[in-house]
Amino acid sequence: MVRGIIGYGTYVPYYRLDRAKITAAMGAGGGRGHRAVAGYDEDTTTMGVEAARNALRGSTVTPSSIWFATANPAYLDKTNATAIQAALDLPQETWAVDAGGSARSAEAAITGARGTPGISMAVISDLRTGNPTSNDESGGGDAATALLFGDDEDAPVIAHAIGRAAATGEFLDRYRLPGENASRIWEERFGEQAYLTLAEDAIERAMKEADLALEDVDKVVIAGLHARAVRSLSKIAGDKLVDDLTGRIGNPGAAQLPLLVASALDNAAPGETILCVHLADGANASVLRTTDAIADYTPFSSVESQIENGSDNLDYNLYLTWRGFLDREPPRRPDPDRPGAPPTFRSEDWKYAFVGSRDRSSGAIHLPPMRVSMDGGAVDDMERVRMADTPATIATFTVDYLAFSLSPPTVAVVIDFDGGGRFQAEMTDVDPDDVKIGDRVEMTFRRLFTAQGIHNYFWKARPLAE
Amino acid sequence: MASHGIKDQVAIVGMGCTPFGEHWDKGADDMLVDAAHEAYASAGVNQDDIDAFWLGTMGSGVSGLTLSKPLQIDYKPVSRLENMCATGSEAFRNACYAVASGAYDVVMAIGVEKLKDSGYSGLTGSRPPSDGTDSSLTAPATFSLLAPAYAHKNGLDDETMKEVLTRIAWKNHKNGALNPRAQFRKEVAKETIAGSPLVAGPLGIFDCSGVSDGSAAAVIVRAEDAHRYTDKPLYVKALSFSSGPATGALDPSYDYTTFREVRASAEEAYKQAGIDDPRSQIAMAEVHDCFTPTELVLMEDLGFAEEGTAWKEALNGTFDLDGDLPVNPDGGLKSFGHPIGASGLRMLFECWLQLRGEAPPERQIDSDRTLGLTHNLGGQPGACVSFVSVVGSEIG
Repeated sequence: MVRGIIGYGTYVPYYRLDRAKITAAMGAGGGRGHRAVAGYDEDTTTMGVEAARNALRGSTVTPSSIWFATANPAYLDKTNATAIQAALDLPQETWAVDAGGSARSAEAAITGARGTPGISMAVISDLRTGNPTSNDESGGGDAATALLFGDDEDAPVIAHAIGRAAATGEFLDRYRLPGENASRIWEERFGEQAYLTLAEDAIERAMKEADLALEDVDKVVIAGLHARAVRSLSKIAGDKLVDDLTGRIGNPGAAQLPLLVASALDNAAPGETILCVHLADGANASVLRTTDAIADYTPFSSVESQIENGSDNLDYNLYLTWRGFLDREPPRRPDPDRPGAPPTFRSEDWKYAFVGSRDRSSGAIHLPPMRVSMDGGAVDDMERVRMADTPATIATFTVDYLAFSLSPPTVAVVIDFDGGGRFQAEMTDVDPDDVKIGDRVEMTFRRLFTAQGIHNYFWKARPLAE
Repeated sequence: MASHGIKDQVAIVGMGCTPFGEHWDKGADDMLVDAAHEAYASAGVNQDDIDAFWLGTMGSGVSGLTLSKPLQIDYKPVSRLENMCATGSEAFRNACYAVASGAYDVVMAIGVEKLKDSGYSGLTGSRPPSDGTDSSLTAPATFSLLAPAYAHKNGLDDETMKEVLTRIAWKNHKNGALNPRAQFRKEVAKETIAGSPLVAGPLGIFDCSGVSDGSAAAVIVRAEDAHRYTDKPLYVKALSFSSGPATGALDPSYDYTTFREVRASAEEAYKQAGIDDPRSQIAMAEVHDCFTPTELVLMEDLGFAEEGTAWKEALNGTFDLDGDLPVNPDGGLKSFGHPIGASGLRMLFECWLQLRGEAPPERQIDSDRTLGLTHNLGGQPGACVSFVSVVGSEIG
C-alpha cells in the first residue's frame, strides 16, 4: 500500500497589487512585480474553502478529516476548520481541526493529514500583512492550497514522499504578538546562518532516507519567509529550482510550501523526484516522487491559470483600506447587525454549504430552502440541493452606492442557475462597469462583514472562470 | 369563500395632513396632534366623538399608547398597525372595515412617521436576529433592479431609460412645486435630475422619494351618516390588499418588470369598484413612486398603460397634471415626501382635495370623472405588499 497525495487544489485571489504603486504613493517601499491580494471579503478561512473546493471538484473522494493551518486565523478560540467542513458540505463524522499561528504550522497540517488514516485533507491558507513600505507588505502574498492524502486503494496516488526529515531551532527570526498586523523581524543575516545550518541537516537526512543524491532529484522547491536564507539555499538547486512565484504573487507565508508543491505537480511527469524544503523555525525537507497516475491527473485550476486570470489594477489606497491600515468615512448608515448564533446554527446547510431545497413533485428549487413549495404548495416534500458548484446567468443587477460595505459600491445580481433555481446575490471580484444581463457567474465563499466579533460568512457570485 | 368589498358602505368625512419635511422642531407626538385635530375640525367633530382609532406607524412608536398618550384619548380602542411602506393604507383599510361591520359609528385612521431623528441617510429599521444571509441592499438598490430589466425587455437603450426616469421625477417635482404641504416645492431641471449623484444603479438622488417627517388622518363614518358631517363626502369604492409569497428572488419566471402583488390588488380593487377601464374611468391616481422606475412599472401594473408602453406614455405626458390621467398631482412620494406610516393617508388626502374641488386652483384637476385611486406599496420587487383603494365623490 502506498499513501500519498491523491489530489490538490490551489487558490490565488483575484487581485494583484503592483508594487510600483507602493513606491509611487509612499516614496519608499514597493519594488518590482506584483503581490496577490485577498479581497476585502476574504480571509484565510474563505481562501481555504476555495482551495479545498478546487481540490474536490472533479474528484470523487470525500475526506474524513481536515487539517487547517494558517499564520493568520480568522478566529482564535473557535476552530476555523469547522467553517471549511461546513462550506464543503462534508458530513458530521468529518474531523476538522486547526493547526495555527506560525508559517511552520503548514507542516503540522500536511504531516497530520498524511498520517491520519482514510482520506485526509490538509488546507493551508495565509493572508500576509506588513506595515506600509515594509518588505513584508510588498513581498507578502495571499493564497491557499489544499492537499488530499489517501492510500492507493482509495484513489490513484499521484505523488508520495520517499524521504523526509525535520530540524528544529529555537531562535528569533520573525515574531508577532497576537492582534498585531505586522511582524517584527530580527536582522536578516542572523537568521540566514541559523537556517542554512538547519537546512543542511534536514536535507541530508531526507536524501539519505530517499536513497538519492542531490544531483539525482529533478526539481527543488524552497519555501520560507526568510527571503535571504531562501535565496542562499537556492544555490544548491541550480536550474532545478521551481520558480517561487514571489515576483508575481508574493510570498504567501504558511501557504507557500504547498502552493509551490502544487505548482511543481501542475507540470510534473511520472517518475519525477522533487525535493521540497521549508524554512520556518527550523527546516523541513521531503523528497516526493510522482507516480504514473499523475499523467492522468488534471487539477481543476492550475496555479498558472489563476495567476494569469487576476486583475492587476488594484489601487494601493484600496489595498490599505481592505487590510485595515486606512479608515474611510463610513456611509451615513447603521452598521450591519451581527448574525445570531441560533439562527446561524439552524441554517448551517444554507449559509455555509449553499444548500437549498428542491420540491420532489414540481422540481422547483428554493434558495434559501423553503418548507412550503412556491410551485404547487407541497409541504415538507423537499430534498436538499447544493448549488455551490452550479454556474448561473445574470437576470438583472444593480450597483448600490449606499449600502454598508468595506469596499463600496456593492454590486448585486439576480442570478438564474443552470438547471433551475434563482438567487439574489452580492457580486465580487468584478468591476461594476463590466456587469451586464446575461453574464455568466459562479458562487464563491466569502466573508460579508464582521460585526461585534462575528464573521458573517456566506456565498457571493463572481464572474465564471473561463 | 370570496372577497366582497364594501363599496359605498363607508365614507371619509374629514381629513388632516401636516406639511411633510424635515421637522426638526416637531416630534411624532406633535405631528399626531396636528393631523388629528385638523381632521376633527375638517369633519366638525370632537375627539370624544371618535369611537375607535387605527394608528399606522412603521417605527415611530409601538402600541396604541403612541397615539392615546399625545392625544390624551380617554380609554378608547387604539390599534397600532405596521405593513411596511403601506402602513398608512393598512390603518385606513382596517378602520373602514370596523365601521362597515357596524361595530363603531365614527372612527379615525391616522398615520405618522418621524424619520429625520435617526441621523442616517434613507430608511433604517431593526430586524429580528438572523443568520446573516439576508440581502443587505438598500431600498433604492432593490427598486433599481427594475430599470435594467424593464429596459432590456422593451428594447430601450440606457440613455432612453434614463430619460424616462428623469421625466417621471421632473413631473412629480413640477407637481410638488404647486403644493404648499410638500417637502420639495421647487421645479427641478431635467439636467439637474439626470446629473445628480448616483445612489443605486442608474438612480440618482433625484430618482428617490424624499425622506421626511409627517402625519395624516381621516375620519370615517357609515355612508348613510356622511351628510351629517359634510356635503361632499368621499365614498370608499374599493379596498384591496395583496401580500405576496415573496418568491421574486427565488423564481426564475419573475422578470423584475412588474409587481405581481400590484396586479393582484388592482384587479381586486377594480372588481370591487366596478371599473373595467381604469385609464378612462379614473380622474387621478396617487401611486407609490418611491423611486422613479417604480412609478414607471406601476403604470402598466395598474392598467394605466398597455404592456411595454408606459415609458412612451411617461415621455409624452399622459400622466402629467394636464395629461389624460394625472398621476401624483400632489407631487407623490418623490416631492411630497415619504414619512412611511403617513403616506397612504396622504394619498387619500389628495383625493379628498381633488375630488371635492378643493385643491389649490393651480393644480386642481378639471375632470368630469369622479373616481380617485391610491396605490401604496411596501417591500421590494419580487417580495412586497400592495394596497389599492378607489374612492369617489358620488354614490353608485
